[in-house]
Amino acid sequence: MDFRLDDDRRMLGETLDRFLKENYPLEKRHAIAASDEGFSREMWGKFAELGVIGALFDEAAGGFGGQGDDLSVVFEALGRALVVEPFLPTLLAGTLIAELGDDGQKAMLEGVIAGETLIAFAHGEPQSRYELEVVATRATRAGDAWELTGEKSVVPGGGHADWLVVSARTSGNDDSPEGISLFLVEAAGQGVTRRAYSTVDGYPAAEISLAGAKASLLGEVAAAFPAIEAAVARGVTALCAECLGAMEVAKDMTVEYMHTRKQFGVIIGKFQALQHRMADVLIEIEMMRSAVINAAGNLGAERASRERFASAAKNLAGRAGRQVAEEAIQIHGGMGMTWEYPVGHYAKRIVMIDHLLGDTDHHMERFIALG
Amino acid sequence: MDLEFTAAEEEFRGEVRAFLAEKLSPRIAEKVKLGKRLTKKDMEDWHAALNSRGWLAPHWPREWGGAGWTAVQAHIFDVESNAAGSPRIIPFGINMLAPVLIKYGSEAQKKHYLPRILDGSDWWCQGYSEPGSGSDLASLRTKAERQGDHYIVNGQKTWTTLGQYADWIFCLVRTSSEGKPQEGISFLLIDMKSPGVSLRPIILLDGEHEVNEVFFDNVKVPAENLVGEENKGWTYAKYLLTHERTNTANMGNLSAALQQLKRIAKETKKGGKPLSADPWFAGRMAKAEIDFEALKTTNLRILVEADAGAAAGPESSMLKVKGTIIRQEINALARRALGPLALPFVSEALDEGYNEAPIGPDYANALASDYFNNRKLSIFAGSNEIQRGIISKTKLGL
Repeated sequence: MDFRLDDDRRMLGETLDRFLKENYPLEKRHAIAASDEGFSREMWGKFAELGVIGALFDEAAGGFGGQGDDLSVVFEALGRALVVEPFLPTLLAGTLIAELGDDGQKAMLEGVIAGETLIAFAHGEPQSRYELEVVATRATRAGDAWELTGEKSVVPGGGHADWLVVSARTSGNDDSPEGISLFLVEAAGQGVTRRAYSTVDGYPAAEISLAGAKASLLGEVAAAFPAIEAAVARGVTALCAECLGAMEVAKDMTVEYMHTRKQFGVIIGKFQALQHRMADVLIEIEMMRSAVINAAGNLGAERASRERFASAAKNLAGRAGRQVAEEAIQIHGGMGMTWEYPVGHYAKRIVMIDHLLGDTDHHMERFIALG
Repeated sequence: MDLEFTAAEEEFRGEVRAFLAEKLSPRIAEKVKLGKRLTKKDMEDWHAALNSRGWLAPHWPREWGGAGWTAVQAHIFDVESNAAGSPRIIPFGINMLAPVLIKYGSEAQKKHYLPRILDGSDWWCQGYSEPGSGSDLASLRTKAERQGDHYIVNGQKTWTTLGQYADWIFCLVRTSSEGKPQEGISFLLIDMKSPGVSLRPIILLDGEHEVNEVFFDNVKVPAENLVGEENKGWTYAKYLLTHERTNTANMGNLSAALQQLKRIAKETKKGGKPLSADPWFAGRMAKAEIDFEALKTTNLRILVEADAGAAAGPESSMLKVKGTIIRQEINALARRALGPLALPFVSEALDEGYNEAPIGPDYANALASDYFNNRKLSIFAGSNEIQRGIISKTKLGL
């Protein structure tokens, strides 16, 4: 048993941390988030040069990582800097292309890893909430190609992706895991309408309407669900690591504030009511770190373990994350409520991660169902 | 990272299982699993069985009878023995006094006391807390005055667990009132048969006699029974406390209790369906299990670091707080799972030889009183508030 990162992963994390410290201060992050596209193509290119995008994929896919520990190292660092660039959509869509694509489709990953091609995974729909098997978008065959019609909702990175990996139903009821297929759709193509926006915590997303959009099949017909589930487990693990990184920073800022802010003539850190709550915050962060280790370590395991530990981690991220975020704001008092002071932005990200790829209750139910 | 146990560790697990299959009597295992009372002899027999294998005090140095286990091996033993229904190892001599003697005791003390702890000649109890000194241990007032080659001890200790069985008590006593309260404390070994030592049971909320008050009225204690130096006892006491906390997460017990809870929830029916299928109850259990899985890895992370030479510090406080919170939640869920059948309590049914049919399932009798008994977990060995204070001081610099 060994809970240390190997040298390569440790170096990757340190390099990324250093890069973000020098190049991605919070003022810049806010400026990027407020820009037209809501992310920076320049930064994306630099991330590619650093090899951070390649770290999300294994060698067969043209990357040099792709294991659980790679994802957790990268996303924890991204969480520490509140990076808004489309890592999550790239991970989800890229994983599916690598898993299911033919040689021609997989060739796209070279451009993805180089930071030249942007991709996103358009799966959620207005009525699907967090249920992965609920897909009402329909695919019909049109000669050699396919045409997709339906609505995709809150698609991370969907507004500016060049290519979309889209789920659509080729058979079965709208809530059946069977009958779901995956397709590649050129986002600029006919029949695709996108409405891009920023989420409440500053990350780019989009509503996407498909009206007979031209699509090419990715993988086998009607058999995509297991691959979707496995890709989402990777996304869940990555989000949990991102959440952990943001939790750590929120905690550190709060501890620092407790050392400097004075009330009644003493630093507020002298108050036992606050000390004990911060001790609990610390404990929850260590628990969260363990949950991320469990999730990352089981990504390559058989389905039951993989999904069970992913859901455990996401459930804990929801509970512990909310505790850390709310305590961070509360202990900062009025300062925690301001836009100018950084801690509130960390709290926002931590809390809103609960709304991505399944929330606390959703993953509690899954954990129970998985026995 | 590597989350798997090594082949050698799995082999060790096999050895532990084989030992338990051979040496743990089904009679004792059933008593433990049903929460029945263990007699002094039950506990002594289990110590003897472990001692015959050299596993009673695995963490001691080999020269004194230790087994040279890694922290991970100790964890495996803990989990396996709890799963099988082993009695706990009575910690006072083996886990508390012995590490202090090994580090600070004289050669003569080590040679005399350590073998007697192992072979069961001496049953030790702990004389730390006093009526006025609970979490604020250093305020203790039991006084030891040097008179020639003896100390004369006067005062009172309390919460002395299983003191009714003890031959000896290790005590923190005040030998000086100069300077800070911590500076006048000494560590003294006292024969419970000395004239002037008396003991009064304290009956706890569950109706059981587990702890005692111990009174010292002009008790004459040979000066050679002082451990280390006079007035340095606080250092030894703190050293003991860190050892007391090394297995604070109590993963073996926690793991067995969680498995029992899941079994109960499966066997108990609500509206004709297993309680485990009730969304509310299943949600509460899942939360406990998710926390348990995270704590298990946190504990292993700390153990592996301990094997690599890192000292257990505030991490053990984290394990204490979270481990006890989860354990108490499992107690509460097990009690609630029983519904009205948590109410009946037949005290005699906790003793061996009781032959009447149980009211409800056989495990039901002890579960509610177990819940009350385990409220102690967040109070003893440094209350959870004390642990949060330690975390705050050491980890947050506050």
